[in-house]
Amino acid sequence: MPADFISSLFVFILAAFLGFELIKRVSPLLHTPLMSLTNALDAIVVVAAIIIAGQHETKLSTALGLIAVAASFSNMVGGFLITDRMLHMFKTGKKKKS
Amino acid sequence: MSPDQILMLIDFTYIAATVGFILSLKWLSSPVTAMRGVLIGEIASASAVVATLFDARVTEHKWVIIALIIGAGVGVPLGLVKMTAVPQRTALSHAFGALSAALVGISEYYVAAPNVGKFQMAEIGLEVVIGSLTVTGSLIAAGKLQEIKWIPQRPITYKGQNYVSLAVLASAVILILALVLHPEDTFLFPIMVGVALVFGVMLVTPIGGADMPTVISLLNSYAGFSASLLGFVLQSKVLVVAGALDGASGFILSVIMCKAMNRSFANVLFGAFGQVQAAAAGTKEDRVVKSASAEDAANILAAASRVVIVPGYGMAVAQAQHKVRELYDILSKKGVDVRFGIHPVAGRMPGHMNVLLAEADIPYDRLLEMDAINGDLPQTDVALVIGANDVTNPAARSDQSSPIYGMPIIDVDKARTVMVIKRSMAAGFAGIDNPLYYLDHTLMLFGDAKNFVSDIVREIGGSGH
Repeated sequence: MPADFISSLFVFILAAFLGFELIKRVSPLLHTPLMSLTNALDAIVVVAAIIIAGQHETKLSTALGLIAVAASFSNMVGGFLITDRMLHMFKTGKKKKS
Repeated sequence: MSPDQILMLIDFTYIAATVGFILSLKWLSSPVTAMRGVLIGEIASASAVVATLFDARVTEHKWVIIALIIGAGVGVPLGLVKMTAVPQRTALSHAFGALSAALVGISEYYVAAPNVGKFQMAEIGLEVVIGSLTVTGSLIAAGKLQEIKWIPQRPITYKGQNYVSLAVLASAVILILALVLHPEDTFLFPIMVGVALVFGVMLVTPIGGADMPTVISLLNSYAGFSASLLGFVLQSKVLVVAGALDGASGFILSVIMCKAMNRSFANVLFGAFGQVQAAAAGTKEDRVVKSASAEDAANILAAASRVVIVPGYGMAVAQAQHKVRELYDILSKKGVDVRFGIHPVAGRMPGHMNVLLAEADIPYDRLLEMDAINGDLPQTDVALVIGANDVTNPAARSDQSSPIYGMPIIDVDKARTVMVIKRSMAAGFAGIDNPLYYLDHTLMLFGDAKNFVSDIVREIGGSGH
C-alpha cells in the first residue's frame, strides 16, 4: 500500500473524529447554518481545481478544471454569505436590536 | 523568494487554513461565538485560494481568474436567496461541491490515463462515482424542493425498484474494478461516470418531501467525503481534512434526522414510507372534530398564561412566519409566555424552522428543541400547531400498528388545550391518520395558516381595547 495513502488515511481518521466531536456540540438551533458553513469550507476543493486548470496539461483538463473552479468558488462565496446572513438573524430577547 | 520557499509558504498557509476550519466549526457551537467562526472560515479559505494562485504549477492565470469571477458572480445571488429558499439552495450547493470534486477527479484521470496505478485508479474511481451520484442526486433534490414542474414531488416507486437501483450501483462498482484491473480500457471510464449519474437520479426520485431533511444531510455527507477522497488522490491534506469535517457533519445530521423519525438509513433510502399505512385508518368515521373560529382562538390564547407554538413545513409553505411573529409580539405584550417547540425534522432540512423564525425576528432563546419543551407541555395552557402534522401525532407513542410508532413527537396532546391550524382534514404525509384531531380538548382551526394567524392577531388586538 502506498505510503501516501497511509498518511492520508491517518489524517482522515483524525479529522473525522474531530469533526464528530465538534459537530455534536453544535446546537440544533444552528443546524441550517452548520450545513451552509461546512459547505463553504468544503469548497476548498477550489485549490485543487485552480491547479488542474492552471497547469494547462490538456484542453480537456483545463476546461473541466475551470468549470470546477467556478462551481466550487461559487459555493465558497455563496456559502459564507448566506451563513453570515443567517447568523445575523439569531438574536436573543434581551432587546439589543442592531 | 526561491521556488522552494514559496512552496513551503503555500504549505504553511494550507496548514493554517486547516486550523482555521477546525476553529470555525468549534465556534459555530453557540450563536454567541458563531459569527467569529464564519469570519475565521472566510479568512482561512481566502488565504488558501490566494496562496494557490502563487503555486508554480499554475502557469495560466487569466482563465483561472475569469473562472473565479464567474464563480463569485454565481455565488453572490445564491448567498442572497430568501430564507424560505434555503433548502433548495443547500441542495444546489451540494451539487456544485460534488461537481467540482468529480470534475477534478475526471481531469486527473485523463491527464494520467492510461498510465494510472491500480491504487490511484481505485481512489479516482470511488471519488468520481460518489461525486457524480451526488451531483444528480442533489439536483433532483433541489428540483423537488423548488417544486419544478417536470420533477415529480411525490415519491416515484415501482415494483422491484430497490433491486434495479442496487444493480445499477453494483455495475458502477464493477466498472471501477474493471478499470483497476485493466487501466488500458479507458472507454470504461465515461461509462462508469454515466452509471453513477443515473444512480444519483434513482437514489432521490423515490424519496418524498418529508424525508428531505435526511436526504439533504446524506447528500451533504457524500459531497464532503468525495472532496476528502479527492484529497487522497491529490495527496492534499487540506482537502482530506475539510472533506472529512463536511462529511462527518452531514453524517451526524443524517443520524439525528433518522433518529427523529425512528427510522434507519436503509429505511429512508429503500423504504418508501407511504406503502405501509392505510391499515390503521378507516372504520373510525364516526369520530367528531371540534372546529373553532379565529375569535374563539383569540379569546383562548389571550386568556392563557403559557403558550407553546409548534411550527411545521405548512408554516413555511404559507409564508406565515411573520404573522406568527406578530402573534408572538401581541401575546408577549399581554404577559403570555410564548415559546416554540421545534421538532428536529420539522421542515425540509435540519434547523429549517429555527432559521425561518429567527428571520421573522423571534428571539432564539424562545425556540426550544423537542426534548426541552416536552417536559413543560403538561403545564402549558395552549399548544398551537401551525402546519405540522406527523410530528405531533400521539399514535407514535401508543398505537403499535401506526407506521410512525416509536417516532419521538412533541407531546402537544398533553397541553390543556390544543389548537391545530390546518387547511382541511386531509391526511398529512403518507396519509397517516392523526388521532390528535379527535381529542376532546383539541380545536381545529381550518384555513390558510397565514390568514388564520393574522385573523387571530386582529381579534386579540381588537378585544384588547
